[in-house]
Amino acid sequence: MSNENSDNKVNGVSRRAVLAGGTALTASLFMPKNLRAQDFATADINTTGLAVTDDTVTIGILHSVTGTMAISETGSVQAEKLAIEQINAQGGILGRKIEYIQEDGASDWPTFAEKARKLLVNDKVASVMGCWTSASRKAVLPVFEQHNGFLYYPTFYEGLEQSPNVIYTGQEATQQIIAGLDWVNQTKGAKSFYLLGSDYIWPRTSNKIARKHIENFMEDCKVVGEEYYPLGHTQFNSVINKIRLRKPDVIYAIVVGGSNVAFYKQLKAAGIDPTEEGPIVLTISVTEDEIRGIGGENIEGSYACMKYFQSLENENNIAFVKAFKEMWGEDIVIGDVTQAAYLGPWLWKAAVEKAGSFDVDKVREASPGIELTTAPEGYVKVHENHHLWSKTRVGRAQADGQYEVVFETAELVEPDPFPEGYQ
Amino acid sequence: MFADYSMSELGAIFAMQGFAGLILFSVFVLMALGLAIIFGQMGVINMAHGEFMILGAYVTYLTSNVFADYMPALFGTYFFVAMLLAFLASGALGLLVEWSLIRHLYKRPLDTLLATWGLSLILQQTYRSVFGAREVGVSIPDWMMGSLPLTDLIEIPINGIFVMVLAVSISAAVYVMMFRSTWGKQVRAINQNRVMAGAVGINTEWTDRLTFGIGCGVAGVAGSAFTMIGSTGPTAGQLYIVDTFLVVVFGGAGSLLGTIASAFSISQAQSIMEFFLSGSMAKVLTLLVVVGILMIRPQGLFSLKLRK
Repeated sequence: MSNENSDNKVNGVSRRAVLAGGTALTASLFMPKNLRAQDFATADINTTGLAVTDDTVTIGILHSVTGTMAISETGSVQAEKLAIEQINAQGGILGRKIEYIQEDGASDWPTFAEKARKLLVNDKVASVMGCWTSASRKAVLPVFEQHNGFLYYPTFYEGLEQSPNVIYTGQEATQQIIAGLDWVNQTKGAKSFYLLGSDYIWPRTSNKIARKHIENFMEDCKVVGEEYYPLGHTQFNSVINKIRLRKPDVIYAIVVGGSNVAFYKQLKAAGIDPTEEGPIVLTISVTEDEIRGIGGENIEGSYACMKYFQSLENENNIAFVKAFKEMWGEDIVIGDVTQAAYLGPWLWKAAVEKAGSFDVDKVREASPGIELTTAPEGYVKVHENHHLWSKTRVGRAQADGQYEVVFETAELVEPDPFPEGYQ
Repeated sequence: MFADYSMSELGAIFAMQGFAGLILFSVFVLMALGLAIIFGQMGVINMAHGEFMILGAYVTYLTSNVFADYMPALFGTYFFVAMLLAFLASGALGLLVEWSLIRHLYKRPLDTLLATWGLSLILQQTYRSVFGAREVGVSIPDWMMGSLPLTDLIEIPINGIFVMVLAVSISAAVYVMMFRSTWGKQVRAINQNRVMAGAVGINTEWTDRLTFGIGCGVAGVAGSAFTMIGSTGPTAGQLYIVDTFLVVVFGGAGSLLGTIASAFSISQAQSIMEFFLSGSMAKVLTLLVVVGILMIRPQGLFSLKLRK
C-alpha cells in the first residue's frame, strides 16, 4: 500500500533540500519574523480545545491516496506537505511547528465524511487541507459545519457554494470560463462553439455558464452543439464526426479522467490537429498532470484556461517549482490544482497570525482580505465570499507536456460563486 | 440538422460514421474475446478481466521505454514485440491465478465472482504501487498515429484500421484454436460434460489452466492495443469491464460466434445513436434494449444446445 502515512503523526522534520527551497519563499507580508511560542500562551490562542500545545499545532490532510482519484489528489498532498515543511522551516505558526495527521479518503465519499469526523472530533485538528472532487467536498461539508472545522479546498469547481467553514483556493466556474471565452473570441475571432463534457455536475454547470456567456454576452456568437459522455467513456469517434459536421470554430472540452486520454488521442488520430488550421481546442480540465497520461504529442497546440501553469516565469513560481522538484523528484509536474493546494497552509498561517489565535471563529473572521504575495501564481487575496481573487490565464500545450502562457488577465478576477444572469 | 450540407459532405460524414461503428465493433471484439473464452467455456466470472488487459498496457509502456532508450532505430516496430510480450505476461499471470485461486473454486462458480473481484482490487493497488497512481503516457510510433485520407473529405484513423486488423486476426486465431485444434476439442468436451471428458482421458486440470491462461493472454493483447486509443492507469481496466460483460452475456455465454454477433449489434446501435442523440442517452438506450432482449431471451443471442 502506498498509504504509509495514514494515521501516523508525522513530525515536520525538514529535509535539507526543502530548507533550501523554503528560504527562498520567506517573504510573506504577514509574517512577523521570529514569533516565539512563549509570546502566545496556549490558553489564550486556543480557547476551544484544538490540538495545540506549547510548541506544536496539529492539522489534517484528507485526500485520496488510493482508488481512482489518487491520480489527481497525489499532487495536492505533495504540495500541502511541501508548504507545511517550508512553514516549519521558518519557525511555524505563532512559534508552533505544524504536525499533520494524514487520512485517506480512498476515493469514496462516505469514507471522506467518516475521516473528516475522525479528524475533527478525535484528533481536534485546527484545520484541514483536503478534498478534491465536489462529491467529496459535499460529503464532508455537513461534518465541518456541525463540528465547526475549517477546510481549505484546492480544486477549481462549479461554484454555487459558499460555506463559512471552507476556504476555496481554486477558481469557481466563472473565474475559469469567462476570460477564456472572451480571449478566444477577441484574439482568434471565434464565433461558434461546440461544448463537450463528461456527464456530471462540474462539466454540466460549467458548460451552462459557458453557454449563457456565449449567447448573452458575446456578439454574434453561438453554440452549435452540446454533448455529454459518461465518465470513463473511451470511444469518441462518433462525436468527432458530429463536430466535423457542425464545423465549430472552437471545441470547448471539459472531459475528465481516463476519457481525456481517449478523447485527445482519437481527436488527433481523426486528423483534427490543433497545431494546424482547423477548430481551436479549448479546455478547462487538462492540467500538466493530465498531459502526462495523454502524451504531449497528442494534445500539442490545444489551449487550456487555468489560473496557474508550471511554466509561469515569476520569482515565486521559479522558487516553488525548484523546491517542489527537490522534495518530490525531478520528473514531477505541477498542475493548477497542485498550486492551489499549496496555497492552503500559507493562507491559513496568514489568517491565524492576523487573528492571533487558532480558534476557528477568529480565523474565519480574519480570513477575508488576507493577501499572499508569495503565491506561485502571483498575488492572491481572499474575498468576503471565501474564494480567491486571482488572475485567469490561457496556455497553449506543447509537445514536452508544458503550457506556454499566451494570455493573462490584466487584473485579478473577482470570484463570483453565485453569478447572476448565468443561472 | 442536415439541410445546410451538400450530398458529398453528408456522404463523407456517414462513411466516416460507419467506419467509427466498425472501429467500436473491433474494440468490443478485442475486449470480449478473452472473457468469452474464460466465461463462456469455463463458467468462471472473471471480474479481473480489465486488470489483465491493463497488465498488457503496462507491458506495452515498458517495452516502448526500452525501445526508446536502447533501440531508437527500431521504435517503429516495437508495438508488435509489445503485443507478444503482453500476451505472454498476461497469460503467465493467468496460469498463476488459475493455479493458486480459480481451480479451488470450480465447484462454486458464483464465488469466482468475489474472488476475482478481490483479485482485481489487489492488481489495481499493485499497479498503483509499482507504476504510480498517475496515468502513464505510452508513445505510439508515428506511423500509427494520424489519419489516412481516402478522399478529400473522408479521413480514416490509422489506429482504427490497426485495431480492426488485429480484431480480425485474433478472432481467426481463436477460431482455429477452438475448432481445429486438439486443445479446442478438449475444451469443448469439458464444457459439455466435465466428468465424462475426464473419464475418456482428457487432462481436465491442465486444459482448464491453459484455457484460463489463453483467455487472459488475449486480454493482454487487447490491453496492449488499447494504449493507442485509451488511457493506461491503475484503474483504467474498470472502464472496460461493464461493456465486456455486456457483450459476452448478450451474445450468449459459450458461443464465440454469439460474442461477435453481439459486439456487432451493440456497437452499431451505440454508434448510430451516439450520432443522432447525446452520448449518455445512447448508452442508456443501448442498455435498455439489451436488458429487454435478455428478459425475453435469457440465454443470449446464440446458445449451444446442451443436454443438462
